[in-house]
Amino acid sequence: MTETADRWIGASVTRLEDLPLVTGRGRFAGDIDFPHQLHMRIVRSPYAHGRLKSVDAAAALAMNGVAAVWTAKDIADLPPIEFREGPNENLSPYRQAVLAAEWVRYVGEPVAAVFAEDAYVAEDAAECVFVNIDELEPVLDAAAAPTELRPGLGTESTVCRQGYGNVDTAFRDAHTIVELDVSIGRHSAVPLETRGAIGRYDAARDVLELHGAAKVPHRNRESLARMLGRSTGGVHLYEGHVGGGFGVRGEIYPEDVLVLVAALRLGRPVKWLEDRREHMIAANQSRQQRHRIRAAIDGDGRLMAIDDDFFHDQGAYLRTHGARVVDTTCGILPGPYRLPHYRVAGHVRMTNKTPCATYRSPGRFESNFARERLMDAIADKLGLSRIEVRRRNLIAASEMPFERPLVALGDDVVYDSGRYEALLDKALAHIGWDALQRDVASRRAAGEYVGLGVAIYVEKSGLGPTDGARINIHTSGEIEVITGGASIGQGFETVVAQVCAEMLGSDYRQVRVVHGRTDRIEYGIGAHATRATVMTANAAAVAAKKVRDKALDMAAQLLQADAADLDIVGGCVVRTGMIGGPAISLGDIAHHLRPTSSTRGERDPGLSAEGWFSTSHMTYPYGVQIAVAKIDKGTGAVRIEKLLIAYDIGRAINPMLVEGQLVGGFAQGLGGSLLEEFRYDERGQPLSVTFADYLLPTAQDVPFVDILLTEDAPSGVNPLGIKGAGEGGIAAAGAVIASAVDDALGASGTISHLPIMPQQLKMMIDAFEATGAAAASSGSG
Amino acid sequence: MKPARFCYHQPTTVDEAVALLGQLAPEDGRILAGGQSLVPTMAFRMAQPPHLIDINGIAELAGIEVDGDIVRIGACVRHTAFEVAGAVPGATGVWLRKVVRHIAHYPIRTRGTFCGSVANADPASEWCCAVTAIDGRIVARSASGVRRIAANQFFEGVMATTRRDDELVTSVELSLLPEGTRCGFAEFSRRPGDFAIAMAMASYRLVDGNRIAEARIAVGGAEPMPRRIAQAEAELNGKTPSTPVFAAVADAAAAAIDPMEDSNNTADYRRGLVRTMTLRALENAA
Amino acid sequence: MSGNPSDKVEIALDVNGRVHHARVEPRKTLVDVIRDDCGQTGTHIGCEHGVCGACTVLLDGEPVRSCLMFAVQAQGCKIRTVEGLQSGNELHPMQQAFMDHHALQCGFCTPGFLMLAVGVLEKRPDISDEEMLDVLSSNLCRCTGYQNIIKAVKAAAHTMKAADD
Repeated sequence: MTETADRWIGASVTRLEDLPLVTGRGRFAGDIDFPHQLHMRIVRSPYAHGRLKSVDAAAALAMNGVAAVWTAKDIADLPPIEFREGPNENLSPYRQAVLAAEWVRYVGEPVAAVFAEDAYVAEDAAECVFVNIDELEPVLDAAAAPTELRPGLGTESTVCRQGYGNVDTAFRDAHTIVELDVSIGRHSAVPLETRGAIGRYDAARDVLELHGAAKVPHRNRESLARMLGRSTGGVHLYEGHVGGGFGVRGEIYPEDVLVLVAALRLGRPVKWLEDRREHMIAANQSRQQRHRIRAAIDGDGRLMAIDDDFFHDQGAYLRTHGARVVDTTCGILPGPYRLPHYRVAGHVRMTNKTPCATYRSPGRFESNFARERLMDAIADKLGLSRIEVRRRNLIAASEMPFERPLVALGDDVVYDSGRYEALLDKALAHIGWDALQRDVASRRAAGEYVGLGVAIYVEKSGLGPTDGARINIHTSGEIEVITGGASIGQGFETVVAQVCAEMLGSDYRQVRVVHGRTDRIEYGIGAHATRATVMTANAAAVAAKKVRDKALDMAAQLLQADAADLDIVGGCVVRTGMIGGPAISLGDIAHHLRPTSSTRGERDPGLSAEGWFSTSHMTYPYGVQIAVAKIDKGTGAVRIEKLLIAYDIGRAINPMLVEGQLVGGFAQGLGGSLLEEFRYDERGQPLSVTFADYLLPTAQDVPFVDILLTEDAPSGVNPLGIKGAGEGGIAAAGAVIASAVDDALGASGTISHLPIMPQQLKMMIDAFEATGAAAASSGSG
Repeated sequence: MKPARFCYHQPTTVDEAVALLGQLAPEDGRILAGGQSLVPTMAFRMAQPPHLIDINGIAELAGIEVDGDIVRIGACVRHTAFEVAGAVPGATGVWLRKVVRHIAHYPIRTRGTFCGSVANADPASEWCCAVTAIDGRIVARSASGVRRIAANQFFEGVMATTRRDDELVTSVELSLLPEGTRCGFAEFSRRPGDFAIAMAMASYRLVDGNRIAEARIAVGGAEPMPRRIAQAEAELNGKTPSTPVFAAVADAAAAAIDPMEDSNNTADYRRGLVRTMTLRALENAA
Repeated sequence: MSGNPSDKVEIALDVNGRVHHARVEPRKTLVDVIRDDCGQTGTHIGCEHGVCGACTVLLDGEPVRSCLMFAVQAQGCKIRTVEGLQSGNELHPMQQAFMDHHALQCGFCTPGFLMLAVGVLEKRPDISDEEMLDVLSSNLCRCTGYQNIIKAVKAAAHTMKAADD
């Protein structure tokens, strides 16, 4: 750690965030209390599908300490929860109401809300709210023929179609066609902190406050203000500490709306904390897709076309993201490969399960799995190595920037920079591929089920269009950076501080980073789609440059020097290259810039500035993952013995934090590949509602993850040259694990579904062993 | 996930606890020992006992006593007690020490109790399997007296035993296995510390040089309750330890059981796991 | 003993050497009382069924899940929480190691991991790496992938031992 470096960008410094968190002084949603607050408890549908006949709250209302019980009737004036990207007439019938009125469409759907003096009493009362529902047949298979949830409301809410070229011709002319049916199980972020929301109405200021906000406070303020018919100036969101985001937390859910409306109407602050069982049925789930995908290949193993028809199990409603995950899947699926012709249709299918939305690397975890399974299948079919078939198809560095007539997240897909083959070579060299192959071969010969997997992928980050930051240097010398970014545990404060410190010749520990507060800055991009570092850090850099210029200008007058001859070192303006000469601290300069200062001259008061950064395109980091997997043939259990992530980040502001993101992301991806799944029975009852049923990886399940971080292809679309790392670890985890397990089985294409279950592997191995034994005995006989 | 209301009772003697239980059991009053299974069930409100009788303050239930060739484990002895070498003497102690590290995780083991696990009779409980393997006796006391129930008479099915509601399990008695007994344990769960999908315990002694005697093979997690597998023991007794012998014993155990099925595990898979675990338990003992 | 299930009982809890008095229902879990009634919110609630370990505290020196005990049961015990780890302004070596090795991201699971690791190392300073990995698998972390937690605990074990020698 280089805590005294002058150059902060690129230094693995410790985090500014850590001290309160290791001393128990964090401020998570559960830690926020207001005097006289009520506690809210949600009564949820016990059925996956049904007609809601009545809700009887009389017994609950009669209980001591119960202030109110609301059903849909009590909030009939509220619209359903809207899409963040704006109205969409075709999709609007699929939005979720805050409380179910006539129909229930998943187990866990909010039907009533109880408000009581404490959380225990609220739960007692919620048990006494009787919900009368006529149960209906649930729709559970997203890939089955479309049907209707009720008359006029089809299960196929929309189909996202993208593509280019002439796919049919390519398949007609193909040397070989490879066809797969692959699927990904339903899983999700499951952060360690459940959701929480505290609503408070400050009548003195006429401001409605939502505490426990995360991810996109500014965007959510706009949506909530519209839903509640208030001015945005009268709604403020406050982000405290966030116990893991990963896409799930910080979207607008029914409970967020309810605490606000209740705070207004009941005249008391209202606190809601989700419990774990609720989280497993109420928070966004993700990932469940089935791809019927095929590739047309020429005689050299080069892709001519991909044609993919896939089914996305959306669950009961379209939430804030609309159909975005499906759209991203379509836009990103071709990955790092040249692909002359492409056609994809993503069917957004409604089912009677918990609604789905984004989870870290949405649309990429899924599409990388489908595409890389296809690449393995092509290699095996043509008798090429899994490396060679990829090498032949990788987009060359000379083709950058590489434009594809596709759209992801509403942005045209243009890979800004990349040296894919170079990264593949570095990864192979780093892990010692040839020796590893020999080692695996000899272990297999000795009867072990061990295999090697590879996956290559392109990530996306830094979705625009614009983010801003305001910097104010106080007379104490403290540098305050006010951002519209959000911190979800990724080290946002530290990274922004490093950028500002570098620009302002100061120690990063002198920087205070404000985020996630709508009352401090008017706009904000938040933290999603791996954009916070790219967008906010660049905006902070622009603001810091302006503050620097202003400081040098003021100092030039005070030091009677030319501003061009000045520099900022150690928080003081000095003459460039002169040691021990005159120096004036940034705090002193701020003092000279006070409104009442006689030295300020015509300058605007304050050592402060606002900076904006805009970009028209996302930036595309990329990676290679290599895994060694071993299957215990006695149990079918998979152990990942070795794992390498080679990742090009363009430029790392803090490599230690980048590595942390990659390792942590991979661990989550391993969960979705081997352990985690939200399962439902034939009535649509959720089976994974406890941590004994939904299995998160523990310290013993996650292998040591080796990271090879490169900076070979800085981004051309932002001045810092940075690309995001938030999702680079998880994006290809399913792909690489499936590849390695498939190889360990020695039978190509056997792994077509995630999560990979030990039972399934043991059955396959028992079958191989039986045939193998038969072959051996016939050979000896 | 807040528990429903209950009355809390804190007896300081076994007599007092037994009297309370006799009075409150008809109203679904329950014993609270380690609480590591009961409290989660209450958090989910799947159990809402109106009375809890907390026995943690009863000093006479806190110890492990050796009495001749019997070891008596009191109702408040925590799992972690068995992690200490010598806590239970001889081969029995060695065996229990091999088993204990598979029970949940350390912070659960610091609270959860041996007797509580046995009384709870979860098919995936390692201690239930151990008590079965060693032919332990469950000491159950009520106002009407003390019963010593043999393990194979105690477990009746998934979380079902022959204990009456008014009986408090005050201790479990285990035989101290003869010197030289070799003991092994193996289990499989999706993650270490999870409920086992199958487990096996194996022990034997070598007599006359290299001949196996006094074989004990018990299987847990696979059937509604743990049991010793006579066919497998018969296959092992009289043989010389070797991989083919162990494999034949594992096959016999797998063939003898009638495995449970659930949404993750078919009967065939569990049967296969019993084979693997039996083999590994034998290897672990060797 | 309580006569009526809704009756609150007077309890006294020793948390980090300070005795807190509270009137609580017997059903109130230890973690809820530590947080709500003792005001020590560093101990977190992640699952309330004993699996995640975010609520791990030391009870008479042993790590326990404070969601799986009722507060009434902890009377007379010495409870230690994350707030009691540092002495004055000096961080415990485990806290320092977690910062130095980037062993936390969102920080929600961190207090539980700190108490788990400290509790075990105070009793068993010579614990093997393999056994420590087994211990650390008691708690869940969703951010770090555990790699840096393992590194930090090893480093702190070394520092704690050196301080004892």
